[in-house]
Amino acid sequence: MSERLAVRKTYKLFIGGAFPRSESGRSYVVNSSKGEFLANASKASRKDAREAVAAARKAFPGWSAATAYNRGQILYRVAEMLEGRRSQFVAELVDADGVGVRKAGELVDAAVDRLVWYAGWSDKIGAIRGSANPVAGPYFNLSSTEPTGVVAVVAPEAGPLLGLVSVIAPVIVTGNTCVVVASERAPLPSITLAEVLATSDLPGGVVNILTGSAAEIAPWLAGHMDVNAIDLTGADAELAVTCEEAAAENLKRVLRPPSAKVDWLADPGTERMTAFLETKTVWHPIGT
Amino acid sequence: MVSLESFGLVGDAGAVSTTTAPLAEVAASNSTLRAFLHGLPGVDRVGADARAAMLSTRSIKTTAKKQAIDLAIRMVDLTTLEGADTPGKVKAMCAKAVHPDPTDSSVPSVAAVCVYPDLVATAVQALGGSGVKVASVATAFPSGRSSLDVKVADTALAVAAGASEIDMVIDRGAFLAGDYLTVFEQIAAVKAACGSAHLKVILETGELSTYDNVRRASWLAMIAGADFIKTSTGKVSPAATLPVTLVMLEAVRDFLRTAGRKVGVKPAGGIRTTKDAIKYLVLVNETAGPDWLDPDWFRLGASSLLNDLLMQRQKMATGRYAGPDYFTLD
Repeated sequence: MSERLAVRKTYKLFIGGAFPRSESGRSYVVNSSKGEFLANASKASRKDAREAVAAARKAFPGWSAATAYNRGQILYRVAEMLEGRRSQFVAELVDADGVGVRKAGELVDAAVDRLVWYAGWSDKIGAIRGSANPVAGPYFNLSSTEPTGVVAVVAPEAGPLLGLVSVIAPVIVTGNTCVVVASERAPLPSITLAEVLATSDLPGGVVNILTGSAAEIAPWLAGHMDVNAIDLTGADAELAVTCEEAAAENLKRVLRPPSAKVDWLADPGTERMTAFLETKTVWHPIGT
Repeated sequence: MVSLESFGLVGDAGAVSTTTAPLAEVAASNSTLRAFLHGLPGVDRVGADARAAMLSTRSIKTTAKKQAIDLAIRMVDLTTLEGADTPGKVKAMCAKAVHPDPTDSSVPSVAAVCVYPDLVATAVQALGGSGVKVASVATAFPSGRSSLDVKVADTALAVAAGASEIDMVIDRGAFLAGDYLTVFEQIAAVKAACGSAHLKVILETGELSTYDNVRRASWLAMIAGADFIKTSTGKVSPAATLPVTLVMLEAVRDFLRTAGRKVGVKPAGGIRTTKDAIKYLVLVNETAGPDWLDPDWFRLGASSLLNDLLMQRQKMATGRYAGPDYFTLD
């Protein structure tokens, strides 16, 4: 009996809940940390980014209007589905990062815990960011939080799973939708995460994942007039400057890249959620 | 009996050779009309679909795309046909028709605005001397199910209010029942009521079922005096499609050769993106010819299309993707 042939995969993008090929037809080779062939991944073009933004915009009204409770439940569900694929993620992290099986397992567990942690914040973030304001007049004055809109996310190169989950979850838990440019070097965990998201009751278009070159795609997202904010966590210094300049044109909210190396295992705090929240203040007259 | 040959019609893919036989006599009775319309060559449905699909794969980029976008903007009949239309909404739409993008004066005006008859006066006043025409639907739009008197009165009302173009609907019930003479006479009567106003005849192709019927309805409308033939009201799905428009463009091309009169075409409904609009322009160029690539001979009935054209135009000018937040809602 002859030796079985390897199945050589070419993974696709995740846009609007579907898995299309890149409009450009391009793909690139993904190698393991040891330089061995793992798979091909689609190399997204600016037009794929445009389609992804359109999908995210379309998903925004429904997702932002969903109750915080509902969004939290869906994030819990994502965590469950991610847990169910634990062995696949462990294998992918071992290949991508060259970490040991034990360390990879810790990283996957941390990613599950991170999702659960953010899921819990869905109905609590309003309590720490909203307020009843004392005003000099007969009014109830209430501030409450609202999602910013469509957020472009440049995911970190390091931490292909935990880093990715740690930048996506805080954006969507508050009701934003996002277009994510995944780690260029290690995109396979992001594609598997897309498969998890697609089977987790998350409405199509809430998270859109593009694989390819951040340097090529991110400036288009930064300049896009229908993107409300951009998270530059994974951008290098040069790309961050380009993107910030482009983002200034329509006054996007910008989350700058961290100044020091991020320990993704550390307590994340609420900054990533509050970076993409707007405050609405309502004055309501009291009595007569 | 009026035969095909007497009009020089040959069965070669629907092409009609040049001859100036008097088409007026085909309308002598329902049977002569029927003989003529049913004598038109049949439409190869698969072939028409395939040709439209093939033409829609043309890639129009950079400077050609820029020209196409500006031409498409000039061809738009900006339309609002809702029960909830108010004078305020019509005024806002008219302002947009004259200056589609207030931040960029190089954007041309659209061809016309299209409203219900009772709002024609408002639109005429709002457009002033801007050069943008006012079109009005009439004749018991959108179903066309009323008496001829009502239809003529409806048309007269719109013309008296200042409409320079009338979009009438044909009586699809009569057409499908084979009562072609009734349809013919109604179109002729409305044409007479139009006076100097241009008459666009809406075939409502979504209700005609077959491409053969579309071809017959096109010829019927043109013989009866239509200045334009229009695909749909926008109230029935499917509205305008590329193959249906292809059949109609063939009809106007052949009508010009046969009768020596040029008729325009207006697809309406369901054209929402710049890509769609450019596909129609390619279709016009390849079917009827470049003579029809002019707002006087080809129109696009649409409302949301204009914003997409403007967004694409802005993208080409600034190099960044535009967002709908920066354009008015229709």
